Amino acid sequence: MAKIYSEKPSNSHTFKPKTETINFLLNYSKALKVSVYKGLKFESVIN
Amino acid sequence: MCAHKSNVMNSKSISDAILVSQYIKGDEPSLSVLIKRHQQRLYSFIYSKVYDRDVTEDVFQDTFIKVIRTLKRGNYNEEGKFLPWVMRIAHNLVIDHFRKNNRMPKFNNSGDFDIFSVLSDGALNAEGELVKSQIVQDIRDLVEELPEEQKTVLVMRMYNDMSFKEISENTGVSINTALGRMRYALINLRKLIETHNIILTN
Repeated sequence: MAKIYSEKPSNSHTFKPKTETINFLLNYSKALKVSVYKGLKFESVIN
Repeated sequence: MCAHKSNVMNSKSISDAILVSQYIKGDEPSLSVLIKRHQQRLYSFIYSKVYDRDVTEDVFQDTFIKVIRTLKRGNYNEEGKFLPWVMRIAHNLVIDHFRKNNRMPKFNNSGDFDIFSVLSDGALNAEGELVKSQIVQDIRDLVEELPEEQKTVLVMRMYNDMSFKEISENTGVSINTALGRMRYALINLRKLIETHNIILTN
């Protein structure tokens, strides 16, 4: 069976992370707070 | 709104180092610019190692979670080398992934090309088996042609898997004599193969 090269492979232009992943990261960044108390760093995620 | 728009428009000309320092100071949109700027390179880099979309997505996410935490904690000290730093994090996470799963990259076949047509499990096919059994028989016949002493040593060593010490004890000759007989057996076998013009490869 001949291979049809005129068809673009499905993954040629989608080499990017999903929008949900990006949104999750941006929201995670907004929610993450680092507070310092007596030289110790505490992380808190405020949803 | 207007300020935000101009910020986004100028974002292409702002260096990574400046965006990072802005982000550390609390400017969240800078992170968005950094991610969008490097997402394709990083994603391709991870995919080239794991060959799996879902795993790539996970590693990509974990990489940036680590980036965000490090930056927010103020532990980042590699000014101007943002992308290599992120790539290194991704690389380490890929290694962690393989350690955890302890398996090889998965290949998804697409189209006509089948990866298993070039990879094999090392086992012989029917023709290979036939050729192999023929070779084994040819060698047995050749061994029969050898002088008796040489044949005994060779059979004990190769077929019975005995050490030269055991051979010397069994045949009543010294180890050196057994070694010499083995050597001559191999030389004579090579001569026989040459004179009979036998091909012993699979």
